[in-house]
Amino acid sequence: MALRLAGDFDTSYAHDMAIIRNRGQWAMTIVFLIALFTLPFFASADILGTINLIGISIVAVQGLNLLVGYTGQISLGQAAFMAVGAYTSAVAVKAGIPFWFALPLAGLSGGLVGLIFGLPSLRIKGFYLAMATLAAQFIIPWFFRNVRVDLFGGMPGLRVPPPQIGDLIFNSQQTMFYPIIGTVVICTIVAKNIARTRLGRALIAIRDNDLAAEVLGINAFSYKLRAFFLSAFYAGLAGALWAHYARSINPEQFSLISSIWYLGMVIVGGMGSALGPILGATFVRLLEEFTVQASPLLGKAFPQLEAGLLAALCPMVFGVALMLFLVFEPRGLAHRWEMIKAAWRIRPFAH
Amino acid sequence: MNWELFPQFLATGLLTGGVYALIALGIVLIYKSSRIFNFAQGHILMIGGYVTWWFTENLGWDVWLSFAAAVVVAVFLGLAIERVALRPLIGQPILATIMMTLALSQFMQGGVILLFGASQRSLPIMFPLQPVIIGDVRLKLNLVMAFAFGIVGFIALMFFFRFTRAGLAMCAAAEDHHLAQSVGLRVPRIFGLAWAIASAIATVGGVMLANISGLEVNLSIIALKAFPAVLFGGLESIPGAIIGGLTVGVIEGLVGGLPNDPALRSLHLADIAPYVFLLLVLLFRPDGLFGLKRIERI
Repeated sequence: MALRLAGDFDTSYAHDMAIIRNRGQWAMTIVFLIALFTLPFFASADILGTINLIGISIVAVQGLNLLVGYTGQISLGQAAFMAVGAYTSAVAVKAGIPFWFALPLAGLSGGLVGLIFGLPSLRIKGFYLAMATLAAQFIIPWFFRNVRVDLFGGMPGLRVPPPQIGDLIFNSQQTMFYPIIGTVVICTIVAKNIARTRLGRALIAIRDNDLAAEVLGINAFSYKLRAFFLSAFYAGLAGALWAHYARSINPEQFSLISSIWYLGMVIVGGMGSALGPILGATFVRLLEEFTVQASPLLGKAFPQLEAGLLAALCPMVFGVALMLFLVFEPRGLAHRWEMIKAAWRIRPFAH
Repeated sequence: MNWELFPQFLATGLLTGGVYALIALGIVLIYKSSRIFNFAQGHILMIGGYVTWWFTENLGWDVWLSFAAAVVVAVFLGLAIERVALRPLIGQPILATIMMTLALSQFMQGGVILLFGASQRSLPIMFPLQPVIIGDVRLKLNLVMAFAFGIVGFIALMFFFRFTRAGLAMCAAAEDHHLAQSVGLRVPRIFGLAWAIASAIATVGGVMLANISGLEVNLSIIALKAFPAVLFGGLESIPGAIIGGLTVGVIEGLVGGLPNDPALRSLHLADIAPYVFLLLVLLFRPDGLFGLKRIERI
């Protein structure tokens, strides 16, 4: 049970359900949003580039969290579903479809493909489902590499035009910031609210015990498919954003390794909370950025290792971080944050 | 279709399947005893190949001696992995153990690049290069030997499980952890043993693969093709791993070789054939050929 603020009483049902509970929180939210959306005016392009990358990861991980964290189904195919979204959006924008329409279209196509690979969940679950999504992770990039090379560009991939809405062209880190962070904010709010609806409660019931959930009248298969669709929809959105952010896509970008990284972000952030993906994606991406910055220094210290140091250190640092979290904090950063918040609220008492 | 080459593709596929079977054996062994599906098997395999290479290159040892030394190294690697990474997770949900082996795979991927470099390496020649010729079929000797090692490993494991104390203990632990512990078996030690044997087998597979296709940091990807083999044979079944491995090898060999329509060939269907097969297995027979059917209760 989350500790609520002292003196903050639930006087109506609407107030009981509210996420933002009092004037102070409203003020903080508004200040935060203003600060967030004016960030491009004073932050450098490097910092914005990192933030954009984190934003794209948050969208993908938020979706994965719906499937892994809430529904308890393991997916090793998030990057592949991102590829579907990325290629959809790239081909659509090239064909002259406006970006604001291509983005949800990318989500939808990702979601539909996710639905197809979620179908085996009728008979299998847990680890077996991880295998089915592993198959997706190989079949989908293969498709973009070898089928319709005229349309998808085969191995070298596609160049993607910058997105355009009306006369606005999003062709720099400063301008790309808005569609990315806008999507992040909307996706997070939607994910947070999905968890509070009938759908979200059904998903949690399936995670905790799918047989018991079915006995209670929840159609487990249908809800699992919905979770797959939502997860892959988010992946499609993230893929479309990535395509327009990177401006060139190829099948190699959507590898098994990136799927593993997204799963790692879910674990590090904490499963089953809307805050988790934000913390997890930020933590892992910053760790990666830190490794990228630190490896030239290490290369100077150990010149015999210089070649390939970066390629070696990134997976190693990620692997170690993930192992430490699994052993020492399996509930992730979001849980740690809740503990800090609770401790602060009941200060000076211990519990 | 190149039907006249059918025997050739069948034989090559079968022999390649021997390597997949070897990898699948290791995965089944770990799953059987500790209910952990080891996604890092491919990386252990890669490390085995690289360690062998390191012994020949830096210490100048004979390639067979290096091979033996690498197997010893792998045994310790397996023990260390079990002790450090997986023992703290006993009793945790399945996602935690899957993520742990994935994290291990990332760590080992980086470690191999750090220690051995990212460029392609090759082992000294272990077997003569002349192919074996049976009728119309030409077979590379290193493929034949890889297959032979797979079969030897299989027979050795069957003996191990049937006639040795440790093997019987492992069978008991596979049945029920608590029960095994209550009759005095040290279950954690059995897990360690399973990891040690699986790593040793992976090293054999790694050296065989390095003979066939050279050593590189993507060698672990090849090991992923053993997953369909494991599922097809049934997760708990050692004969199943062999049959599954050979089946996947044959499917890959035939799909890769038979079509000679250039449009079809340009699709590289062999790349995904094992995974399509995996999906079909999951849809129609998720427990595999010899796997245990799980009955669930609330």
